Amino acid sequence: MMAGIRLIEVKEEILSDNTKTAGQIRERLRAANTLLLNLMSSPGSGKTSLLLRTIEGLKGSLRLGVIEADIDSVVDAEKVAARGIPAVQLRTGGFCHLDAAMVTRGIDALDIDKLDLVVIENVGNLVCPAEFDTGAHRNVMILSVPEGDDKPLKYPLMFSVCDLLLVNKIDFLSLSDFNMALLRERVLALNPRIKILEISCKTGAGIEDWIAWLKGEAAGFNV
Amino acid sequence: MHELPITESILKIVLKHAEANGVRKVKTVHLKIGRLSDLEDEWIQRYFNYLSKGTLAEGAKIGIERTPIVMRCNGCSGSYEWELAKMDDVICPACGGKGGTLLSGREYTIKEMEVE
Repeated sequence: MMAGIRLIEVKEEILSDNTKTAGQIRERLRAANTLLLNLMSSPGSGKTSLLLRTIEGLKGSLRLGVIEADIDSVVDAEKVAARGIPAVQLRTGGFCHLDAAMVTRGIDALDIDKLDLVVIENVGNLVCPAEFDTGAHRNVMILSVPEGDDKPLKYPLMFSVCDLLLVNKIDFLSLSDFNMALLRERVLALNPRIKILEISCKTGAGIEDWIAWLKGEAAGFNV
Repeated sequence: MHELPITESILKIVLKHAEANGVRKVKTVHLKIGRLSDLEDEWIQRYFNYLSKGTLAEGAKIGIERTPIVMRCNGCSGSYEWELAKMDDVICPACGGKGGTLLSGREYTIKEMEVE
């Protein structure tokens, strides 16, 4: 070793700032009795369609707010806001994921004391959003049938961090070689505590199960 | 894909420790990154070169140690290492039980640095 060179032990988490901010978000929303849910998926898997179904299904029960993070577009937030739901559009400017600091800005823009549930529509991507704690109390992902049953192999981390998997577009099952039993086996091998629901935002199949899950989580949260 | 914000965090922590220790120059930064994390070593170095210009850490080399994916069997509770390429088919080598709970493999840690 060269003279004058020494070693400094650092032992610090690279994402410690984000983890700290995420923890603050969770505490703040828990104090307000507001459940924060992080919704992740590939582009085109049905996040916005699911939100629209959710708005309909929760009418008269849970008060919902939405934080939208889809890249450089206000289309999704406008669709949500047009239904009378408070929606914030975050400008992620081509960023591949949301971090806790960005979510904080979204929450600041909502009146959380008047909301029971806030859904973050994360950036459409199965890699990066899985790595960053958003401060959400629950992580939910959508996998749509046309994407294929091999996705747990390619994106194991995403499947590992989620509490619920929604398999969307089951109306496509008869047209595809998607193997639901194999998918379930692959997902549960990665994450034995995950719940899996089969839905179709198009036909409405399974949507009542999703709404029931949401109500259950929110009710448990308020205890 | 998100090497840039990760590298910003790395530099921030490196400079904090460098200043606290009265360092003249940071030579090498050693990271421990779990195999489940999708980071490209080359891009971390490139972004670091760019971001660290004009700081104590300019020109430092980034060394990355990949830490293994470790699962705990849901059946026998034993823990074992598993390969990323076989994550869709996790089988406990001890009891043959399918699946498990992830114990480690997601690390994002700065271990140590060599400084002058």
